Amino acid sequence: MSAVGVARVAGVRPEATAPPAHEPSGDSREWLEPLRREGAAREEAVSRLHALLLRAARFEVSRRRRLLPHVRGNDLDDLAHQAADDALVSVLARLDDFRGESRFTTWAYKFALLEAAVKLRRRSWQGREVPLEPESWALVGSTSPAPERQAEESELLRALRDAIETALTPHQRSVLVALALNGVPIDVLAERLSTTRGALYKTLHDARQKLRRELAASGLGPDALLQEGGPGGTA
Amino acid sequence: MERRDLKDALVRLLGAGEPEVGCDACFAELDRYVELDLAGADADAAVPGLRAHLVGCPACREEYESLRDLVGGEQPG
Repeated sequence: MSAVGVARVAGVRPEATAPPAHEPSGDSREWLEPLRREGAAREEAVSRLHALLLRAARFEVSRRRRLLPHVRGNDLDDLAHQAADDALVSVLARLDDFRGESRFTTWAYKFALLEAAVKLRRRSWQGREVPLEPESWALVGSTSPAPERQAEESELLRALRDAIETALTPHQRSVLVALALNGVPIDVLAERLSTTRGALYKTLHDARQKLRRELAASGLGPDALLQEGGPGGTA
Repeated sequence: MERRDLKDALVRLLGAGEPEVGCDACFAELDRYVELDLAGADADAAVPGLRAHLVGCPACREEYESLRDLVGGEQPG
């Protein structure tokens, strides 16, 4: 599972993400025991696991197929099979990482969903240039009908643009612009820059921290706007 | 441009502004987080920093939503 790289970005207690292992439930043990054996029982379990992963990969392909309107159904199903094959390798290699904190099937599904999502994003950007310079600033502007508020928002956006130009390293700027402004998927940018998703996210996180510090130093901050009417962009 | 779009643009540029895990830790905890979430438990308290990461990382957010919907669709009732 090479798409994910850096373990932790900032400020979270280690114990928060490394809780003690639990005894796997009965359902999970029914998966794990044959997968750890040898012979026919293992082969049968591997076959069942592949079918489970293929179901998850097809689920993801079905959800995201609008990304690939020009790709035929057979090709999409091939992509789902490739995702299931790759996820099977990952799951079998990581059986000892399963801590029993969820059902085994939930744990396994995430590998297939990740593989399918990454393949879909990369396929949708195949042959397209990845823009590293701002293309979308014109789309980000003040929306307030109130002149005073409009002036505040415009000042914030102007300060943000200035901070992107002056406070970030060239690499931070390219990564931030590509991911946050131009909408390049992180997996696509990771592939083009020969790096990992985790490493890119770390760069993005550091850039965001710098921008927030710059805005705060100028007496500006986005929090009032972001908190208005609930969080934007939440999952 | 809608006000929501401006907020979304700022979130994309500035993230959640809270301590957050990275992509690797997010992936490691995603199955536990989703099951807690679906069970109505306080997933955010159990896995600090994951929600903030989902706000700031569209790819991880998509994978969270897929896992939640796939597993949630299998649950009775």
